[in-house]
Amino acid sequence: MTDGTTAGGAADKPVPQPEEVLGPRSGELVAGSEQAGRGGRGPEVVEVRRGMFGVHGSGDTSGYGGLVQPVAMPGAATRPYGGWFDEAVDVLAEVLGEQGVAFDAAVERVVVDPHTDPPSPHAELTLDVAREHLLAVCRVLRDDQDLRFELSLGVSGVHYPDDTGRELHAVYHLTSVTHGRRVRLEVSVPDADPHIPSTTSLYPTNDWHERETWDFFGIVFDDHPGLARIEMPDDWPGHPQRKDYPLGGIPVEYKGATVPPPDTRRSYS
Amino acid sequence: MTTTGAPHATRPPTADEFDPGIPGFEASGGDWDEIAREAVGEERIVVNMGPQHPSTHGVLRLMLEIDGETVTEARCGIGYLHTGIEKNMEFRTWTQGTTFCTRMDYLAPLFQETAYCLATERLLGVTDDVPERASIIRVLMMELNRVASHLVCLGTGGNEMGATTVMTIGFTAREEILRLFEAVTGLRMNHAYVRPGGVAQDVPEGFEDQVRAALPKVRHYLGQLGDLMLANPIFKARLTDVGVLNLAGCMALGVTGPVLRSTGLPYDVRKAFPYSGYETYDFDVPTSTDADCYSRVVLRLEECYQSLRIVEQALTRLEATSGAPVMVADKKIAWPAQLAIGADGQGNSLDHIRQIMGTSMEALIHHFKLVTEGFRVPAGQAWQTVEHPRGELGVHAVSDGGTKPYRAHFRDPSFNNLQAVSVMCEGGQVADVVVAVASLDPVLGGVDR
Repeated sequence: MTDGTTAGGAADKPVPQPEEVLGPRSGELVAGSEQAGRGGRGPEVVEVRRGMFGVHGSGDTSGYGGLVQPVAMPGAATRPYGGWFDEAVDVLAEVLGEQGVAFDAAVERVVVDPHTDPPSPHAELTLDVAREHLLAVCRVLRDDQDLRFELSLGVSGVHYPDDTGRELHAVYHLTSVTHGRRVRLEVSVPDADPHIPSTTSLYPTNDWHERETWDFFGIVFDDHPGLARIEMPDDWPGHPQRKDYPLGGIPVEYKGATVPPPDTRRSYS
Repeated sequence: MTTTGAPHATRPPTADEFDPGIPGFEASGGDWDEIAREAVGEERIVVNMGPQHPSTHGVLRLMLEIDGETVTEARCGIGYLHTGIEKNMEFRTWTQGTTFCTRMDYLAPLFQETAYCLATERLLGVTDDVPERASIIRVLMMELNRVASHLVCLGTGGNEMGATTVMTIGFTAREEILRLFEAVTGLRMNHAYVRPGGVAQDVPEGFEDQVRAALPKVRHYLGQLGDLMLANPIFKARLTDVGVLNLAGCMALGVTGPVLRSTGLPYDVRKAFPYSGYETYDFDVPTSTDADCYSRVVLRLEECYQSLRIVEQALTRLEATSGAPVMVADKKIAWPAQLAIGADGQGNSLDHIRQIMGTSMEALIHHFKLVTEGFRVPAGQAWQTVEHPRGELGVHAVSDGGTKPYRAHFRDPSFNNLQAVSVMCEGGQVADVVVAVASLDPVLGGVDR
């Protein structure tokens, strides 16, 4: 099972950990880092930002130019996960094992957010699934009588341009009407090879949602029945929800002052 | 960081697909007899319904392949109203986000606002700190909004079948509710009233009486709508056994809301995953087993009555909590000013401005920082759904620990439910397409976002 040391390949990456970057005060500055104290692998640093107010490439006189801020998402949780999470993960591991799929290979990380003791009633369970085992995991989650996540509420994408090798994330939201439970699956793929098997054979409703994710993020869902753009015109270049895609906009003059477009305004990293 | 070189989903057409030897028929007016004569031997006709067709609730494009009067294939084309709201939200503070998401499904703005704010509160970890009065106001506004939205659905649905009176009554009743919204938020739509941590301001004085005066009128119009529709033989003949989608179909296609409940499954997020204290209200989830367009009309009418039940309970609680806070106590999240509306319908609290300008420099700095920079939200992601008039509305909010959403995705029920159009329309008549689409009640602002 995930003991927090073997999960995923992300641990090998030479990203600065919050402790190295910020020193002893990192706990105060990095949101989510309190989980490091629970014996887990600690927060997952997806990006390290420098400076403030969006000033780059010129002299920063604000005094904030030396600011270094890691962006740390909640890291892998350790047992007990709390509530029904342990039981559901156990059932998933058992049924996957019966089908000859190793749980550790299929589920890279189990994230519980917020992971508190005693368990929070607002905690959400996220399973980071390897793309080659996505269909197997979905099938078990949908069909096993103790899991029964029979309703898919779609797919959404997230782009982490600085999370090397895991830039594009597809997030699946599953609901069990039978048991009144929810789980989130997260599949991350590199930008250079943005392929994820389509889940439309298991959840036909994901048809349009996967088209939308392709349209906005450029994730290719293999074996999708018709992976065409859905919101943007067919001949549109680029994928607009990516972080490197500009928002666009023009300066607006109002009562003599000029208001810059939103993506060029001052930003608080 | 582009996908140059990656396989493109819409591959260029191969030579044999666009054989110049195959004749094409495009009609843009003229006498139908002549067009049909030209197309002799070709029974199959593809008709574009929309994107400007009045019965498509906005800019929905339906591509119908028809054989005589029978629809053999139906496909939807969407995206005509895509405005990039989700992208825009990534460049505004968390509080400003409500101003954007309220514009998605413009018939049910308060649901987007509430879902988004509940997701933000999850990330902030203040879900349990939201004051009770704020939750009561949210529930009250959402249920009034549900009635208003269903009234438009029933009204326009009737209008599309030629029953203009249904439309005029529906819109007259909706007007009563929009007046209540205007009294609270100052606007009839695009409210931006629900904010992370609570609501923008308390309801105005005498609002409870105003609602109590409006409810009998809404009930009266709902009764009239019921009289006009439910026993009308023409109406029933048009809707009964049309647009059938059974439970298995709904679950496979992720269809929720009244369409799912018309198959007999009482799945309602307010009961299954309660939020804003819905578990403490007394209401029923009406269901039917006919799974056709007529049963969906009946369900929507019944849901309006159930919503009015909740409104009445919320009114009692509103009176009991008079004067209680409507925003979290945490001054790092709540905007410092309790807004006061002047005679011109807008304005700030002069007392507050006098205090921060005259006596407290720290308060002024705090106010300025909170409004321009915004509050920071701990990194992580949250998923929050609410029962929207059209089904389950989901918000996937991702924070990077900054003052702006890193990603805000809305799972709009209309977007998802439109996938059912082909299943509901194929094999039926062209006239049934209008009825089936009306029973899904898509709002294209929400579909395209």
